[in-house]
Amino acid sequence: MTPAASPIDFTRTHAPSPFHARLLDHTITQNWATWNGYQTPRVADTVASEYFAIRSACSVMDLTPMEKYRITGPDAGDYLNRLVTRDVTKLKPGRVAYAVWCNDMGRVIDDGTIFHLSEGVYRLCAQHHQLDWLLLSSIGFDVTITKETHDVAALAVQGPTSFSVLSAAGIQGLDTLKPFGITSVDVAGIPVTVSRTGFTGDLGYELWMDPEHALDIWDIIFNVKFERGLYDIRVIGLDALEMVRIEAGFIMPGFDFNTADTAVRADFDRSPYELGLGWLVDLKKPHYTGKRALVAEHARPAKSRLIKLILDGNKVPSGSFLFDREGGENVGAVMAQTWSPILKRALALGDITLRKGQVPSELWAEIYYQKELKWKLHWAKGTVTDKPFWSHPRRSATPPHST
Amino acid sequence: MTKARSAIIIGGGHNGLICAAYLARKGLKVEVLEARNTLGGGLALTSSHMSLHASILKDLKIKLTSQAPVKTIALGPDGEHLCFSGNTVDGPEAARYAAFREEYLAYAKALGPLMLNTPPRLKDFDRADAMTFGKLGWALRFGLGEEAMREFLRVAGMNVYDVLEERFSAPLLKGALAYDAIIGCHVGPRTPNTVLNFLMRLFHDSGQQRVSAAATTSALEEAAGKAGVTMKCGAKVASILVQSDKAVGVTLDTGEALRADIIVSNADAKTTFLDLLGTRHLDALFAHRISKPRTDGDVARLRLSLKARPTVPGLPDSDLSQRLVIAPDMRTVERAFNASKYGEYSKEPVMDMMLDGRTLSINAAYAPLKLKEGWEAGAEGFKAAVLTVLERYAPGLSASVETAELMTPADMAEAFGNAGGHWHHGEMAIDQAFMMRPVHGTAQYETPVAGLYLCGAAAHPGGDITGLPGRNAAKRILRTA
Ligand SMILES: Cc1cc2nc3c(=O)[nH]c(=O)nc-3n(C[C@H](O)[C@H](O)[C@H](O)COP(=O)(O)OP(=O)(O)OC[C@H]3O[C@@H](n4cnc5c(N)ncnc54)[C@H](O)[C@@H]3O)c2cc1C
Repeated sequence: MTPAASPIDFTRTHAPSPFHARLLDHTITQNWATWNGYQTPRVADTVASEYFAIRSACSVMDLTPMEKYRITGPDAGDYLNRLVTRDVTKLKPGRVAYAVWCNDMGRVIDDGTIFHLSEGVYRLCAQHHQLDWLLLSSIGFDVTITKETHDVAALAVQGPTSFSVLSAAGIQGLDTLKPFGITSVDVAGIPVTVSRTGFTGDLGYELWMDPEHALDIWDIIFNVKFERGLYDIRVIGLDALEMVRIEAGFIMPGFDFNTADTAVRADFDRSPYELGLGWLVDLKKPHYTGKRALVAEHARPAKSRLIKLILDGNKVPSGSFLFDREGGENVGAVMAQTWSPILKRALALGDITLRKGQVPSELWAEIYYQKELKWKLHWAKGTVTDKPFWSHPRRSATPPHST
Repeated sequence: MTKARSAIIIGGGHNGLICAAYLARKGLKVEVLEARNTLGGGLALTSSHMSLHASILKDLKIKLTSQAPVKTIALGPDGEHLCFSGNTVDGPEAARYAAFREEYLAYAKALGPLMLNTPPRLKDFDRADAMTFGKLGWALRFGLGEEAMREFLRVAGMNVYDVLEERFSAPLLKGALAYDAIIGCHVGPRTPNTVLNFLMRLFHDSGQQRVSAAATTSALEEAAGKAGVTMKCGAKVASILVQSDKAVGVTLDTGEALRADIIVSNADAKTTFLDLLGTRHLDALFAHRISKPRTDGDVARLRLSLKARPTVPGLPDSDLSQRLVIAPDMRTVERAFNASKYGEYSKEPVMDMMLDGRTLSINAAYAPLKLKEGWEAGAEGFKAAVLTVLERYAPGLSASVETAELMTPADMAEAFGNAGGHWHHGEMAIDQAFMMRPVHGTAQYETPVAGLYLCGAAAHPGGDITGLPGRNAAKRILRTA
C-alpha cells in the first residue's frame, strides 16, 4: 500500500517526458497539449499526414503520460478481480485485458488495461489518475500498489508497417506475439517490454522501458527511416489519435462520458451497460465493487446508451444534438465526432436517452456548419452500429502480414 | 408445515441475547455463539447504573428484582462531597438541578421515536421510515412544545461545557455532570455534541430499574433459554460464510462450519465486516467507510484489591458502595482529555468507581488505545497517576493496595473481540449516530450482504446497557428477512 515517491518538479506546468528531446525536433508546429501533466504534441506536423501514417504506414506516439500502476503481492490477482467488472482470474502471465471499474453504485470510474507481466505482477494502465481509488480499494488485501507513471517510458508504434519497422529495428519474436500478448525483448542490449496493444484499431505495439533508455530506443526505431530510408515513420499527436480511436470505436472516459468521480449531479455518470460495455460485466464472478448495483440495473430497462453513429452526408456533427426525426424530439447529443478519411463517412459517438430500454428507431443530427463563414443548418440521418466503425484483419492476424 | 428458519447470533453480549430471544419467540431456531466463557459481554464491566429498556423487560417477560438505586457521589477535594440521586442533588443548586433534570429528561424522551425504531433512511423512504420521522417530528414539536423545542435544537449540538456553564456555578457539580457526558468516549467537555451523549445517557436512565450486571445476565440467559435459544460459550466465530452473495453460515476457529438462514452479528462493525466477512464481499467505498468510524477506546479499567476498606474523609462508610466520581471541575476533565489527543494518558485522570467488599473497580480516563509509548511501557505510570489522584481523596489507599490489575482499551479489545476496545463499539457522536451508525449503508441493521445483520452496540442507538440495538434489530429482521 505504499505509493512510490516519484520526484515531480512542481515548478513546471508541463513536465518533459523522457522522449522530450526528440518530440521537440518532430513537433514542428509547437502545438502542445497537456496530458496528465506532460507536454505532449496535439499536432506534430499536420493532422492529415499523421492520420495517414497511422492508417497506412507507421506512427509513433509518446505514451509515457498514461497513468501506470504496478500491483504486486499475494492478493494482487484477487484484488484486481474485486476491482474490475470482468473476470480477470484467467488472465495468464504475458497477457493483457481491457477492463472498466465502477464505484459502489455501479457507475464507471475509468477504463484501462491490465498487464499480467509475470506471475502475480501486474501493471494497470488508466486514462486518469487512479491511485486514491486503487489504495482505497485495497483495504483487506495484501497488495502493494505503486504509481510508476514517471518510472516507465512508453512508446506506441502503430500502423500497418509497425511490425516491419520494429523487426527492421532489430526487435525479434514479434511474429509470434498475439494480440493482447506481452513479450520481453533485448534491443541492442536494452531490455524492452513489448505488448501487442494500442488505441488505433490497427496492427500496433506498445514498448515499455526504463526512462534512461528512452532516447536510445527512439533513435533505433527512427533510424529505420532516417538512416536506412526503409519506411515512413511519423510522430503523431492527440488530434490524429482522436480520429482513429473513434474509427476503432474506443471510448474516452471523461470525454465521451462523465466519470463517476467527476460527475457532480446524480445520473450524470454512466454504468458499463449504458456505455455499451455490457460485455465487460460479469454478473456470475465473485463479488466486485458495484456488482450488486449492476445486478439490479441489469434487471431494469437501460436508461441511456452511448451509441456509435454513422451519418449520411459529409458534414461532421460537432457537438450536435440528436433527435428522433428531423426537427423531432431531442433524445441526446454527440459526445465525439470525426470525419473518417478511410471510410469517407462522418462518425459520431452519441449519448442518448433510451425509451423503455430501446434506442429510438430513427436518429437525426442537427448539424451547424459554415460555408464561407456563413452558418448553415443540415439534418443528417444516422445509422447505429454495434461494431467498431473500422477494423482490419491484420489487427488480429499472427504473424501480421509484412505489408 | 414449513421448516423453522434458523439464525446464528455471533456474540452473546446483552444485545445478542435479547435479539436471540425476540427471534426465538417468533419461532426461529436460534443459536448464540459466544467466544468468551461467559455470556453478557461488556455487561460484566459496567457499574450497573443503567439498565435495560422497560419495553424489553415487558416483551421478554423478564422480572428483575431491583436493588436500592445506586447514587452517584462526586468527591470534593475539600471533603465536601455532592450526592446525586434521581432529580436531587445536595447543596444550594438543588432547585436549579431539579429544573435542569426535568427539562433534559423531556428532551431525552423526545428522542424516543428515534431510539425505539430502526433509524429512517434518507433515500428510498419506506412507510416505516416516514412513520419514524413523523413520530420524531411530533415528539419534538408537540411533545416538547414550541419553546422547549427551540431550546432543544439550540443545545443538542452543543458541548456540555457551555451548557453547564450557563446553568450552574459549583465546579464540582459541573465536573461530575460533564464526566457523565464524556466517559467511555474520546471526547472532552468542550467537544461538540457532548450534549447529545448526555441526552442519550439520560434516555436510558429515565425511570428504569437498577439491577446488578450478574443478575441482568442471568435473567437474559433465562429469557433466551425459555424462548428456545441454544447458547454456546467458548465458540469463537472465525468467519462468515457467503454463498451467491448471501450469508449462509459461520466457521468457528476450530474449523467447524455451522449453517443458518440468517446470521446476526453482535460483534462490532469493523470486526464483523473487515475480519469475519472480509472486504472481498464488499464494495470498495463501503469497505473504506466501515474502516473509518472512530472506535479507539479511551478508558482503562483498574481493579484494586485492598487490604482494608478505604476511608474517604467526609464520606460515611455506608456510602462507599455508591458510585464515586472524581471529576473536581470541568477544566480538569478537559485537561485530562488534552493528553489523550496526543497519544498520552492523563497525568491527572478523572474516574468513577464502585467498591465491592475490598475490590475497587475504577474506570479511569483518559487512556488512549494507541498510547505513544505503548501500554507495556506506560501501564505502571498510568496506574501510579490514578493512585496519586485517589490518594488525595482516600489517604492511605495506596499503601493498602494488594494487587492492581489494569485493563487498557487494547486489553478490552482482546478480551471482548472488539476492534479498538471502545466501550460502545464506536464513538457516540452525531456523525456516528442514528442513520449514520455505524455508517450509512448498514444503519438499518441490514448489511450489503443478504441474510447478514448487525444487532450490537455498533448499530443504532448504540452503546450502554439498553438492549435496544438487539431489540430493534430483531424487529427489523422479522419484518424483512
Ligand atoms: C469498562 C466498561 C464500563 C462500562 N460501563 C457502562 C456502564 O456503567 N453503563 C452502561 O450502560 N454501559 C457501560 N459500558 C458499555 C456497555 O458495556 C456496552 O455498550 C455494551 O456492553 C454493549 O453491548 P453489546 O451486547 O452490544 O456488545 P458486547 O457487550 O461487547 O458483546 C459482544 C459480544 O460478542 C462477543 N464476540 C465478539 N466477537 C465474537 C466472535 N468472533 N465470535 C463469538 N463471539 C464474539 C464478545 O465476546 C462479546 O461477548 C461499559 C463498557 C466498558 C467496556
